[in-house]
Amino acid sequence: MPRLIKDGAIVEDAWLPVDPEGEPGDNRIHTLAQWQANPSANAVQLEPGDEPWPLLEALGSLELIAVNFPVFTDGRGFSYARELREKGYTGELRATGHFQRDQMTYLRRVGCNAFALDDDSKLEAALASLQDFSEHYQASIEPELPLFRRR
Amino acid sequence: MYVYDAYDQRIVDDRVAQYRDQTARYLAGEISEEQFLPLRLQNGLYVQRLAPMLRIAVPYGLLNSTQLRKLAEISRRYDKGYAHVSTRQNFQLNWPQLEEVPDILAELASVQMHAIQTSGNCIRNTTTDQYAGVATDELEDPRPYCELIRQWSTLHPEFAFLPRKFKIAVCATEQDRAAVHAHDIGLELVKNDAGEVGFRVLAGGGLGRTPMIGQEVCPWLEKKHLLSYLEAILRVYNLYGRRDNKFKARIKILVKAMGVESFRDAVEKEWASLKDGPTTLTDEEMDRARSFFTEPAYRTIDAVSAEAELDAQCTADPIFANWVRRNTVSHRKAGYRIVNVSLKATGYAPGDVSDKQMELIADLADEYAFGELRTTHQQNMVLADVEMAQLYSLWQKLQAAALATPNIGYLTDLICCPGGDYCSLANAKSIPVAEAIQARFEDLDYLYDLGPIELNISGCMNACGHHHIGHIGILGVDKKGQEFYQVSLGGSQDRDASLGKILGPSFGQEEMPDVMEKLLTTYLDLREEEETFLQTYRRVGIDPFKERVYAKAH
Repeated sequence: MPRLIKDGAIVEDAWLPVDPEGEPGDNRIHTLAQWQANPSANAVQLEPGDEPWPLLEALGSLELIAVNFPVFTDGRGFSYARELREKGYTGELRATGHFQRDQMTYLRRVGCNAFALDDDSKLEAALASLQDFSEHYQASIEPELPLFRRR
Repeated sequence: MYVYDAYDQRIVDDRVAQYRDQTARYLAGEISEEQFLPLRLQNGLYVQRLAPMLRIAVPYGLLNSTQLRKLAEISRRYDKGYAHVSTRQNFQLNWPQLEEVPDILAELASVQMHAIQTSGNCIRNTTTDQYAGVATDELEDPRPYCELIRQWSTLHPEFAFLPRKFKIAVCATEQDRAAVHAHDIGLELVKNDAGEVGFRVLAGGGLGRTPMIGQEVCPWLEKKHLLSYLEAILRVYNLYGRRDNKFKARIKILVKAMGVESFRDAVEKEWASLKDGPTTLTDEEMDRARSFFTEPAYRTIDAVSAEAELDAQCTADPIFANWVRRNTVSHRKAGYRIVNVSLKATGYAPGDVSDKQMELIADLADEYAFGELRTTHQQNMVLADVEMAQLYSLWQKLQAAALATPNIGYLTDLICCPGGDYCSLANAKSIPVAEAIQARFEDLDYLYDLGPIELNISGCMNACGHHHIGHIGILGVDKKGQEFYQVSLGGSQDRDASLGKILGPSFGQEEMPDVMEKLLTTYLDLREEEETFLQTYRRVGIDPFKERVYAKAH
């Protein structure tokens, strides 16, 4: 079973990865199109260019939203994540795909609490990257207040 | 100027440690070239034609003498003993070793400096007027807001992987010295009908391959909303800016494609959820920011006698008089002048400054200007607060170090990117063209007769030399492996900003001084009374220049 970082610990992944050709099912992460055809599914993955707005109605019932990074330089997922949290999503928000451990502080700060790196043999080293910075200027999901309101 | 507290210092120190680890992982082969690229770029490190190039941030062009001495020391120890002032008011080192960059960054952190986000697809150094805080035509000092933007944009978690680079400039004066119309976001401090000062927000300006003038997104924004509004603009850009083609990825393309009205609607929609949130600036925070940019301990000086004394010195020494006239500017405080330190001496690459010169300028800043100095986007330096009575002795010391060329604002005070001598993006060399033009037009009487002219030279269409907004612009182009130069006329970076129009077919490098001479002679023949080059050009258009330059030899 593949492993990932969730809430600061290395755990086994309970979810099956997206399969655009496959049938929807329990424990499977769905594409946005699959989820829209089957809105009772509780896990969905956003690709860059997928508008997250269709999910807003269902934030209370979704258990997992994965934000995929097919290339690590496409930063749209950072805005998707933060907006989903701003709109009240409290379930698992997972970064997945080809992001780098050096981006994990940013991802955590925009609300991701789970990180499925493309190479799960390096999770221990990656875990350390979550501690790269001990202070931040901006308000985001974490911290909620900018430094100037905490100084 | 702004002084770091323990929080600011910790952020910069953490960044150095992070980059040291990233460099070690790269050198150990744990991360690929492709993965390392954005990491090093966001710490200012390019890999150039001959060696890496490190761009060091000078936030809004302000630094102190301790910092400049450190730059001198770094340039000597880690480089070849000189640095280059860029058109974003930053310093560039041309020959650092990749392995030593973490050490250089640690040295910088020790004097409250860094290279964060000086490159890469992120929010870059915010720039402003080099005369901020001392200009006579200023509504309010823009630097506290620049510092607030610096902090907000530094390591912003949402906007570190934008479609393309993103540049913000702020101005607060009648005459725009920050080229706000040519920025991704331009901010002008303006009054509304009720007399309150806020921000006019422009978006979608930019140079490069498709130059555009910024359009008004918000006519007047209350100051406390500055950061949340910027965040809304950045979010719209991050979500919808093009990522399929790097030449169409700047925000200007998005604003143009959407139309400014739809773009504004999209910003307002995002802003609705951010407005009045925690990013909203508090009065305490704005006061705190302003508290770092108070007046230095000016002496009370009798203006009449100070000016009389200066006049007497000028009469006695016409060379000094000329320098005062050309390189110093009125100061808002009686008895003081703003001094421009020219980095445009003929025979030196424009904007280059040696370690010895940096140390001298640092000493002069301590002795004459409260220990502070500025870099300009015209690639010069400024000592902002010099007593009139001290100008003569300051000038003598500058002159002895080739820092008093009396050409500020004139043809030979040209803007020039590093070009093909250094930059791997360049299509053509720019420095030799600049030097040939400086050598041809060295005669000062001729230079002053020409009046103020902005000549901007870029070695490629990335436009680091801002050629589109030069009164005369020169662009290096590559034609079948040969270097050629395209000339444009009529650009302006002022409030009446305009983009230059291409004159016609390009020229070989050796032709450029002659081409310049023909353009300038045409202007001198056609000008009426006290018209500047730009005014004449705007009156007569491009044709007379074209006819003269491309006339067949008889």
